[in-house]
Amino acid sequence: MPTKPEPSTAVESDARPTLMDIRDLRVHYELRGSALARLLGGGGATVKAVDGVNLALRRGEVLGLVGESGSGKTTLGRALLGLVPATAGHITYGGQDLAELNQRQLRPMRRRLQMVFQDPHAALNPSMDISTAVAHPLRIHGLVGSRAEGRARAAEAIERVGLVPAEQFLDKLPVELSGGQKQRAVIARAIICGPELLVADEPISMLDMSVRAKILELMLELRADLDLTYVYITHDLATAKFFCDRVAIMYMGRIVEIGPTDEIFADPKHPYTQALLRAVPDPDPERQVPRDLPRGEIADAAAPPHGCSFHPRCPYAFEPCGWEARDLRAMFERRWTELGEEVWERESALVGELDEIEGYQEQVRLKVGDRAPELVSLLDEARAHDPDEPLWRGVESIDSDDGTVTVRFRAGVDPALGPAGNIDVACHLHNPELRPK
Amino acid sequence: MATPNTPLSGGGGPFPQGRGRAGRALRGIARPYRSSHGVGRFMLVTGTVLVVLMVLTAVFAPLLAPFGFAQVSGDDGQRFATHLEPGGDHLFGTTTQGFDVFSRVVWGARTAVTVVLLALMFSLFIGVLLGLLAGFVGRWVDRVLVMIMDALFALPALLLAIVVAFLLSEYVGGGASTAALAITAVYVPQYFRVVRAATVSAKEQTYVEAARAMGAKPVTIMVRYLLTNVIQSVPVIATLNAADAILTLAGLGFLGYGIQPTEAAEWGYDLQRAVADTGAGIWWTGLFPGLAIVLLVMGLTLMGEGLNETMNPAIRVRRLLPVSMPELTSRTSAPDAAGAGTGRERGAAGERPEQETSKDGDAS
Ligand SMILES: Nc1ncnc2c1ncn2[C@@H]1O[C@H](COP(=O)(O)OP(=O)(O)O)[C@@H](O)[C@H]1O
Ligand code: SF4
Ligand SMILES: [Mg+2]
Repeated sequence: MPTKPEPSTAVESDARPTLMDIRDLRVHYELRGSALARLLGGGGATVKAVDGVNLALRRGEVLGLVGESGSGKTTLGRALLGLVPATAGHITYGGQDLAELNQRQLRPMRRRLQMVFQDPHAALNPSMDISTAVAHPLRIHGLVGSRAEGRARAAEAIERVGLVPAEQFLDKLPVELSGGQKQRAVIARAIICGPELLVADEPISMLDMSVRAKILELMLELRADLDLTYVYITHDLATAKFFCDRVAIMYMGRIVEIGPTDEIFADPKHPYTQALLRAVPDPDPERQVPRDLPRGEIADAAAPPHGCSFHPRCPYAFEPCGWEARDLRAMFERRWTELGEEVWERESALVGELDEIEGYQEQVRLKVGDRAPELVSLLDEARAHDPDEPLWRGVESIDSDDGTVTVRFRAGVDPALGPAGNIDVACHLHNPELRPK
Repeated sequence: MATPNTPLSGGGGPFPQGRGRAGRALRGIARPYRSSHGVGRFMLVTGTVLVVLMVLTAVFAPLLAPFGFAQVSGDDGQRFATHLEPGGDHLFGTTTQGFDVFSRVVWGARTAVTVVLLALMFSLFIGVLLGLLAGFVGRWVDRVLVMIMDALFALPALLLAIVVAFLLSEYVGGGASTAALAITAVYVPQYFRVVRAATVSAKEQTYVEAARAMGAKPVTIMVRYLLTNVIQSVPVIATLNAADAILTLAGLGFLGYGIQPTEAAEWGYDLQRAVADTGAGIWWTGLFPGLAIVLLVMGLTLMGEGLNETMNPAIRVRRLLPVSMPELTSRTSAPDAAGAGTGRERGAAGERPEQETSKDGDAS
């Protein structure tokens, strides 16, 4: 992989003017429940795909949005372009709030805000030839007078993205091009109107290894020549390190850490970023990196965890991280997976149905009748067995009263993005008031 | 672009135009014939030959038919004998009314082709337009249109045609356009359904979002991004419907709701008049119009089924196997290049700016 060209880091990034300012942006999707559920007024669940993002895009920078699949990268990218309506918040660009414009008002602005898609094959109309497809933005915005002019401009753009000679590609249908060629055509279409901002949603993840680096190099060249600003969406830290001036790490619809690429890679602050980086042994994009994140999966987006949404997976989670009933259940599940069937049979009879341990309450009440003392000692034993389990840091008290065992958790606090050197991070470990002494 | 490169030429269009489009259209038409095989190809070719013969008959009817469709006397002013057996001046004989059967069959081809073409055009236009609208706009527009179309679809075809023909005959008369409109009403729901379903799924494609991201208006998206893709399922249905439409037209004529005998020759009407003849051993008045109906319906059906066989992706898989064999000189074609993957233009793709291999197969 070639080294990053100089100009991107030479300019002091804070000195650049702001191109787009995003304030408390939220995009929520209403999931439709069953017809019956809607009838009963319950309504469906809400997925908070983007949940309170603050971000100032600086002119000329490459900002990486990095996170696991489902963390809301695509939704955020699309929201920046007004392709999905914002549920709340502001996107200030060119003196206007994109979040408040309707589709008709947004249309003229789309010249300046463009997108490169993950799957170049799907992003091109299969029945439109390359010259027409690439020139279409010009025709839509009335920037060319004739088909011939559009074609000539398309030829220019096609050559600009490295499809040379253009004659060979102009009359082709997308299906006749290779993946990398299609992505070049998509990029040509994106730059033909002279945009300011390009959102590239995993632009290389569907391409062959052999062409990935070339496409990124092309994008860097174009940025230098055309004065572009990029939002580069990826789940691949290696390319983010190569490509971005700044990276924002996303987890469950939020930015949990944002800062200069070099600093984040050298000294990640957020436990999630640290875990992600540990999973990348080598910044070589040729290698398929194993995903070796700490325990568990990304949580259900329709029912995000209390407090810090990363806390069920966080090895450093402590008192204020948002402990709740579900974590107790997860603790038992892990314990029984580890200790085997016999223990499970014995203890599950006592604990009862795990499914019934649910909810967000910071206090769990287990009605076990006269076996309450047994349950209390079981909890003590579980704690003694695995004292490093972060859950125990969150347990405030375990009381037994009249056949009911009550486990109380400490109150959870939602971590806000705060400064830690040049990096902004949303983690209580870096909050001077909450951080363990 | 913000920093335009040197223009390649002053707006004159340095590259040849038109050739690509016309060529592609021709190739598009030829494609099913080239990629078909076995039974599918036999059906397609036989059907096409029959249909082309009928269309030629229709076009050249004035040259082919010795007499007019309502002519009952020769140029000498002498009335034709009725019930003449086939032979002599009257190749297929004459009818009770003294019409020349051969001429009526030939003119009947013209009527059938005209009416079916008109009906096809009307129903395609209305069905595709409404289907696109319902699929793209959704919401109440979709719900209302679907309800109307389902209601139309639920009615028996002939009954619907009769009702429409009956209602229209007062205003439009009993000519070809009334018959065509009556048939249109029958087939609109089919195009509507197919196009609506295709639109609903095409609407979710990334290229539609890409068009939105470019700033395209909804109308532009519908015409340039959806129509061209959803229209591809239409030829098969259109051909099959044409066959059906011939029968509906004949049915209308047979029942007396079709084209009036004074307006044009029509096979269904002739058949109905011939019913009485059969008892008297007069076979030729019924046989020839009947045969004409059978041949045209068969031709269109074979063509439609042949097209279906070659264009239906489920069946196309079989055909793909030999195509995707590794080629030495040019790269293997992507799965969705099915029809096109016969090696044409692969030579040019060989001189790529860099070594890239397509992953389309995984991507789609
Ligand atoms: N159109 C949609 N309707 C409902 N939920 C959606 C929709 N698009 C995305 N989501 C949900 O929003 C979350 C974020 O999705 P996405 O932005 O695609 O993440 P990423 O690009 O990081 O993989 C996911 O939980 C996803 O299921
Ligand atoms: S706030 Fe920090 S320490 Fe607490 S769970 Fe979240 S990431 Fe872990
Ligand atoms: Mg995504």
